[in-house]
Amino acid sequence: MRYLPLTPSDRQAMLGVIGAKSIDDLFCDVPAAARLDGPIRGLPNHASEMAVERHFSELARQNMTASHHPFFLGAGAYKHHVPASVDHIIQRGEFLTAYTPYQPEIAQGTLQMLFEFQTQVARLFGCDVANASMYDGSTACWEAIGMAGRITKRTKALLSSGLHPHYVSVAKTMAQYTGDTLDTSLPELSAQTDSARLLAAIDGETSCVVVQYPDILGRIEDLSVIAAKAHAHGALLIAVVTEPVALGAIKAPGDMGADIVVGEGQSLGVGLQFGGPYVGLFACKEKFVRQMPGRLCGETVDAQGKRGFVLTLSTREQHIRREKATSNICTNSGLCALAFSVHLTLLGEKGLRGLAQLNHALAVQAADRLSQIPGVALVNDSFFNEFTLKLPKEARPVVRALADRKILGGVSLGRLYPNADALSNGLLVAVTETATSADVETFAVALQEILA
Amino acid sequence: MNSINQSGWKPEMGNAGDTAPATYTGNKALMLEEALIFEIGTAGTTGVDLADAPQVASRLGNLERHRDIGLPGLSEPETVRHYTRLSRQNYAIDLGFFPLGSCTMKHNPRLNEKVARMAGFADVHPLQPVETVQGAFAVIHELAHWLVTLTGMKAVAMSPKAGAHGELCGILAIRAALTARGDARSVILCPESAHGTNPATAAFAGYAVENIPATSEGRVDLAALKARLGPDVAGVMITNPNTCGLFERDMREISDAVHAAGGYVYCDGANFNAIVGRVRPGDLGVDAMHINLHKTFSTPHGGGGPGSGPVVLSEALAPYAPLPFVDKDKDHYRLVEEETAGEHHGSSFGRMVAFHGQMGMFTRALSYIMSHGADGLRQVAEDAVLNANYILRSLEDVLEAPFAHSGPCMHEALFSDNGLAEGFSTLDIAKGLIDEGYHPMTVYFPLVVHGAMLVEPTETESKATLDQFIGALGRVAERAKAGDPSLKSAPHYAPRRRLDETQAARKPVLVWREPEQAVAAE
Repeated sequence: MRYLPLTPSDRQAMLGVIGAKSIDDLFCDVPAAARLDGPIRGLPNHASEMAVERHFSELARQNMTASHHPFFLGAGAYKHHVPASVDHIIQRGEFLTAYTPYQPEIAQGTLQMLFEFQTQVARLFGCDVANASMYDGSTACWEAIGMAGRITKRTKALLSSGLHPHYVSVAKTMAQYTGDTLDTSLPELSAQTDSARLLAAIDGETSCVVVQYPDILGRIEDLSVIAAKAHAHGALLIAVVTEPVALGAIKAPGDMGADIVVGEGQSLGVGLQFGGPYVGLFACKEKFVRQMPGRLCGETVDAQGKRGFVLTLSTREQHIRREKATSNICTNSGLCALAFSVHLTLLGEKGLRGLAQLNHALAVQAADRLSQIPGVALVNDSFFNEFTLKLPKEARPVVRALADRKILGGVSLGRLYPNADALSNGLLVAVTETATSADVETFAVALQEILA
Repeated sequence: MNSINQSGWKPEMGNAGDTAPATYTGNKALMLEEALIFEIGTAGTTGVDLADAPQVASRLGNLERHRDIGLPGLSEPETVRHYTRLSRQNYAIDLGFFPLGSCTMKHNPRLNEKVARMAGFADVHPLQPVETVQGAFAVIHELAHWLVTLTGMKAVAMSPKAGAHGELCGILAIRAALTARGDARSVILCPESAHGTNPATAAFAGYAVENIPATSEGRVDLAALKARLGPDVAGVMITNPNTCGLFERDMREISDAVHAAGGYVYCDGANFNAIVGRVRPGDLGVDAMHINLHKTFSTPHGGGGPGSGPVVLSEALAPYAPLPFVDKDKDHYRLVEEETAGEHHGSSFGRMVAFHGQMGMFTRALSYIMSHGADGLRQVAEDAVLNANYILRSLEDVLEAPFAHSGPCMHEALFSDNGLAEGFSTLDIAKGLIDEGYHPMTVYFPLVVHGAMLVEPTETESKATLDQFIGALGRVAERAKAGDPSLKSAPHYAPRRRLDETQAARKPVLVWREPEQAVAAE
């Protein structure tokens, strides 16, 4: 029991100070019927470090890893190269094993990092302010819908059909309880988004319009028209960014009029990790800051006038406001926010733009190559590093057949929309800087053979 | 309490004091200040070497970003130094004792970090074909098995992202179960001592929140609770052990009464560390309980997350568990997503997150659980409770311990500010502890005790550490009782003196602006 420092003689001495005969005396308030008299049966006892490591190695070997195979999955989680120094920094014990910075005098490291993170996110999204992170993109999205409801005092949210279907599902779950109504529809395999539907539906009861940018099929469209119509009716525009690297190449949603911009920060610094932990990004216009969910870090001075940082505006939060809080969130995603911030600091403006350019160029080349395959058509006119192919047959078994050939060839729309036959031939393909031209060629050849 | 140090080692108490010369840089040896990246980085600097992009015609929908983003870059050495310097301004469990009550700051084993980084877990995509990630599902399934067995419950929802998200999961399951039987109820009862997340969660789910009074012993007032139960009460949210550090002796009776009145019992499992391996919440009639993997099961807090909050569910609530979840057919794991919901789990209340939950936390927690095993986890609870009682009994003559007469505490010891000199408060004691080299305990929580100080030592501290802390807290408390004015300006030795939180809230500065912009904005 290598994590327990007390010795048997320590325990005896401490029981003596306490005035208890045995450890059982300390559990005397537990009703006898619920007291277990020994270790729970049917579970193994303690194991050595070597034994535990061996067990995990065996399980890890059963998984097909992204880095060792041609890999083209995206749909809200992207594979980018993460510099080695990112993981080194987040493993420093002073970051890794600290708590939420409740005592700012001895948490300036975390607080200054959060202040830098908030500034980076706000600038990337083209917004005035950002918070210190949410759980992930999907929860940030429904928190934004809730916030729009508080601001507009309306309950009708219009969701673009290009919004990630998991995000839609999360919003639907929450809407059952909050009384919001959600206007949703399924996407079509078309270069056109459903912005015409959204524009037609915006009215004086709309609290917000939620648009993903680039959207689930990879399409990119100017948000300013929707922003203008929403604002004319007193509604807010919420933009959702699941691939923040894109914003090194395309306009920021805030610069096109979005009032709240949320996103998934996983693609910078965090890695795939089978879906979590990730980091929700949340930014908005300054005038809405008191309706924001989550922690906010702010600048101030100490008793000697030195600049310092604290958690602030906490009267919005559950630990002060309890049932009147803007959100129940407490723990957020601090360490992933650090990873995001370190990666973005390493990149800087120049690096992010270069990375975005590289992603886009490789994706354009891959899209051209793959759409040469007989029967395969590129759905998108516009895209960043992810696009949709229409295959001549159902995509889901094709993805499985590719996996049998050790190729991780994208996400089938059948996986994301299991009950939508009209989408079942769609295949989402993401191409980042990690995909080599040999990977693309291997993928293309295999896809052609499988479709033949 | 006159002896300065109880642990055996005696640091030199020399102090350079006012005779020390000023430094040219303002830094003092290892005490290094660090500017913001916006002040030291430039847009043209990068710490990443990238291949040149091939020339292609852009297909960005005519939405190329021309305007500067405003992101400064640093080279790799500057980056490493920037964050290393920042890290040294943080207190952390690796550095010292961190007795933050209700937060369970225990040692974070590095084996957990190692296994979480194995490529087979860290480098797999959540939407890969299930055949290519069988080992990842095995981890989720194994951890789920441990959690339901340790708690004596029927099922577990693995996807909630943190404790508060788990609370929401449990309350939504309760609401779904009530809806399924056509029983619209409107009220959730919470003790006043509850974490703020409890009422915030219940309110989010559309419930009115009413307080349950406590007895003078610091426990739920069973008679008052029973009197309030009725057809409008959807359920109760009880923290057990509670936030006063006490086991709710009447938990079984509470559960039976709530069930008899048609409601459900949510247990806030933040304090499960005190009872893991010794008590199964399922034996106490609990219907839903979240488990903070970052508390009981040692995954790192990371300066405020990520957490992970799986929720164990009773037979009554299990059918309403959120999607997706992992199921096992013989030797094959499969993921039940929305697509199969109709076939197998039509009553699920829906999805709470994209993908499947905090995989990186699952690997770490399972690594910890396997390391301890059934016998070790029982020892965890025993040592955590022993350490807390040792602190309680060693300090109850120095600080008022309002519930010390209520019997042994569980995992944390609660003190109040009663008896401090006029004008001195819990905050002064907390800041005084910083100068002594400790992270303060939780302060001003729970709300039911004036000037509360909640000390949770956890099981990963040695007796020598506890002895030194007891000496230090005792000495700071004596200073507060004697009215030592220097305590009012503590901390003196931290990277910052007390920070002006009022100014921060009155004129919020939440992002960095160029100095001229900052002026223009005022």
